[in-house]
Amino acid sequence: MFESMVSGIGQILTVSHLLYMCLGVSVGLLVGIIPGLGGIAGMALLLPFLYGMDPGLALGMLMGMVAVIPTGDTFASVLMGIPGSSSSQATVMDGFPLAKKGQAARALSSAFLSSLCGGVIGALILTIFILMARPLVLGFSSSELFVLTMLGLAMVAVLSGGQLFKGIAACGLGLLVGAMGTAPATGEFRLNMGIEYLFDGIPLVVVGLGIFAIPEIIELMIQKSSIARDQAGLGKGWKRGVLDVWQNRGLVARCAGIGSIIGTIPGLAGSVVDWLTYGYASRTVKGEKHFGQGDIRGVIAPESANNACACGAMVPTLLFGVPGSGTAAIFLGGLLLLGLEPGVSMITTHLDLTYNIIWSLALANILGAAFCLMLARPVAQLTRVPFALIAPVITMLVLFAAYQATRSLGDWYSLIAIGAIGLMFKQAGWSRPAFLIGFVLAPGAETYFYQSIQFNGLAGFMRPGVLIILSITALALLYPLGRKLLARRRNTASDKTAATTVVEKTQATWGVVDMILVVGMLLVAALSWYDVRDISFIAHVFPMLSIVFLGGGALAVAIQIRTEGAIRVEQPALQGLCWLAGLLMVVVVASVLGFVSTAALGSLLFLTFVARAHWLTIVLITLGIVAFLLGMQSLLSLQYPSGLLDGLILPSS
Amino acid sequence: MAFQSSQASETAKTPVPDTLTWTVPFGVGGGTDVWARFMSHWVGESLENHPAIVINNVPGGGSITGANLFYSRARSNGAEMIVTSASTQYPAMLKDPRVRFDYSRWTPIIAAPTGGVVYAQSSMGEDPKKIMEHLRQHETKFGAQTPTGLELPILLAFDMLGLQVDPVFGMRSRGEGRLAFERGEAGIDFQTTSAYFSSVTPLVKSGQAVPLFSLGVMNDDNIIVRDPAFPDLPTFSELYLAQPDTSRDDMAYQVYHKFFASGYALQKLLLVPRDIDASLLATYLDAARKLAKNPEFLEAARQRIGPYDPVTGEVAARQLEAAMQMSQERRQWIVDWLKQRHDIRVVTQ
Repeated sequence: MFESMVSGIGQILTVSHLLYMCLGVSVGLLVGIIPGLGGIAGMALLLPFLYGMDPGLALGMLMGMVAVIPTGDTFASVLMGIPGSSSSQATVMDGFPLAKKGQAARALSSAFLSSLCGGVIGALILTIFILMARPLVLGFSSSELFVLTMLGLAMVAVLSGGQLFKGIAACGLGLLVGAMGTAPATGEFRLNMGIEYLFDGIPLVVVGLGIFAIPEIIELMIQKSSIARDQAGLGKGWKRGVLDVWQNRGLVARCAGIGSIIGTIPGLAGSVVDWLTYGYASRTVKGEKHFGQGDIRGVIAPESANNACACGAMVPTLLFGVPGSGTAAIFLGGLLLLGLEPGVSMITTHLDLTYNIIWSLALANILGAAFCLMLARPVAQLTRVPFALIAPVITMLVLFAAYQATRSLGDWYSLIAIGAIGLMFKQAGWSRPAFLIGFVLAPGAETYFYQSIQFNGLAGFMRPGVLIILSITALALLYPLGRKLLARRRNTASDKTAATTVVEKTQATWGVVDMILVVGMLLVAALSWYDVRDISFIAHVFPMLSIVFLGGGALAVAIQIRTEGAIRVEQPALQGLCWLAGLLMVVVVASVLGFVSTAALGSLLFLTFVARAHWLTIVLITLGIVAFLLGMQSLLSLQYPSGLLDGLILPSS
Repeated sequence: MAFQSSQASETAKTPVPDTLTWTVPFGVGGGTDVWARFMSHWVGESLENHPAIVINNVPGGGSITGANLFYSRARSNGAEMIVTSASTQYPAMLKDPRVRFDYSRWTPIIAAPTGGVVYAQSSMGEDPKKIMEHLRQHETKFGAQTPTGLELPILLAFDMLGLQVDPVFGMRSRGEGRLAFERGEAGIDFQTTSAYFSSVTPLVKSGQAVPLFSLGVMNDDNIIVRDPAFPDLPTFSELYLAQPDTSRDDMAYQVYHKFFASGYALQKLLLVPRDIDASLLATYLDAARKLAKNPEFLEAARQRIGPYDPVTGEVAARQLEAAMQMSQERRQWIVDWLKQRHDIRVVTQ
């Protein structure tokens, strides 16, 4: 084993290896930074090189690409509120508010440094852990996986602040949207309204963009400011960000640990771990908390975890050939192409290759984060630009990203639909993360639940692993309650914990949007019930459960408003909906005329009539957009809706 | 064959396009994608002008979305091809209402067969015979993906041997099914040949798993015979036909045979629209035949895809045509079987 370690180090420190790895890292950063792309696009770029390459070098290159994707996507999360991929969803929660406060540089540098530390810690843990991970991976039966998704769902209670019922309803809606498409147990279709696009359900990228990015874009349009409202000292946060990580080094280490362990569990990984660590941080850190409004620890926690998780995900990929995440699946494809069969041999005969992979991972994390750290300060200046000028760019990026999900026009229309939900949630203070968590965990929760029942029966829920996870879940839910009780007993009114609980207990409010949401949710619940009533039991029991959460939560909100005498507040919805309608128009026009022409035309018109920019700026931005779209198209052989106009103007590719 | 090559040399050859686009209706990194990428290298090499081959992944609907799209949009200029697998063939045979493509309008260039092995926990008995006996009497779990996917003939095979196997659906890959077996949740499992060699052989060596039977391979007369990769293992067909009152003419066996033919004997297919230029098609078929004899390719293919030689041109076309023709009666039979045996409702057109 020691020999393999040494030879692994020897392999990765050769010049050729480092060169190929830098190539991999640059590709990974490129596809990571551009929202909506990811490992798949990166793979397409690297593949032509891969065939026939020396496996050691090729692994370094692949690993370089795979490792830095969760680093690069932080730019879009922090600067534009766009969750670039599933691993950066929780980063949006506090990263974007920080950018709005004018602290983008601080958020970015913290994020990159945490990513670096997380990645390196993850790789270190993996070095030892890979040798004994088999029993752990095998120890996780479907029952443990199911209760782990429950632990994820419990985060809803943590993240919905004081508004528990709204959180439950939002989560129920997320679960229901996640259940659209095909029932995993029987292959029966459900909740798809006969629309072919919905047979596979709505892709995660589209939901993430719709629920987070669209409402933010619209809010910024309404306010007509720049992203950073507070512009003083914009570039100065860099050092502070580094300091933040140092001050929270314990948190970084713990989140990296959690990340690398969760990452080893096949089938969950990526999308749960950032919410788990986010929830963990928001519950356990001491001192004043502003989670959701720009708390740097809300960035540090998920960012340290997601790179570590990418390391952990290598365990099931290498040992069992079962990928732990989407990106790991792509890496697995690369392994097979290189003629390497994952399995036990990876820790016996091919141990040196395995260490090559692990340490390439660590090195790639360092290279990637260092590069991003250098970029952080200049790129943060983007938040200074008046939003009207970058609105066309961001809108185009969002549409570009959404369309890469399945390359069907359905991606755009469901983006608008989810965007409408997100917009109303934001205006009325319903938890958007709760919706997203429900959506992300729906397939896992359902599949593992009935697999667990079928494989292990009810006895499955008495397994020691299950009990441990259940008690952690209970602890997560009861922790603040316990703290509250303790605080009350001590009777220290000046205690900061008590202060935050008082804030949570403010009088409930309601408005027009709340009403629309409650009525709409009850309606959706009723219609969904009607839709699934006829399919077989194991295919409809989960949607039914989601409907109970959705309907029950919505009813509870309504009852709360009536009985507790909530204060009526103004919730101006019209302006937001007008902007959304505008976006819908853009999408319709793009479907008919073609994406590239519409992006160019839309940008010209918008910058001229809405932003009233200087003609040179208009021309430069528009040309930039067109160049980006066409460049991506030829580089990655992407396809856009070509429509009537694109086909005429552009050379066919 | 002779006719085709002479025709190709006499008439002016249509040049092979500089760029070929292969639609792969699956995500990056999956089995079919890896096969396509592996093949693209070799097919590109074996064509004279070494065209660039672009892989266009269009995942969705278990490959139906991409196949539909290719069927409706692909031009017959010889530059566009599609790669399909069992998950594309089966819905077409079952007339899934989402299917709008038609295999009779496509013609295969090259196809890859695969075999597979069914194995069980060694805790059920000391030898395959005892284990089979155990399986006949005790209900045993099997981790499967979808009722109408790659495991369909396997489920049928279990039932035809009288094994009390209860499938648990929703596995996202055969690998996950194997993981359930390794965890001890599933008592019986199935893997295709290359996965069996890499991941199950160690389990057999360590004494956890016992192989029960292979699926066999199809010979040129459309009869299933022993798999050269597993010469010592009986095939399912042997076991089934050894039972009293069974024959190859049984409805169940006929249906099994169809699904085996289209899902295993021709598991992965590279197809072009049938109406492309005849001389271009001849060029492609010629390249495929040469490739199938190229020792370098065969060596690499054995390592990465499995120990089976590819099927090309007319043989593949004939086998595919035979496999895809599913009489209404047989289709109804399998639909009824799924409903009665596993309470699965399959919607057909």
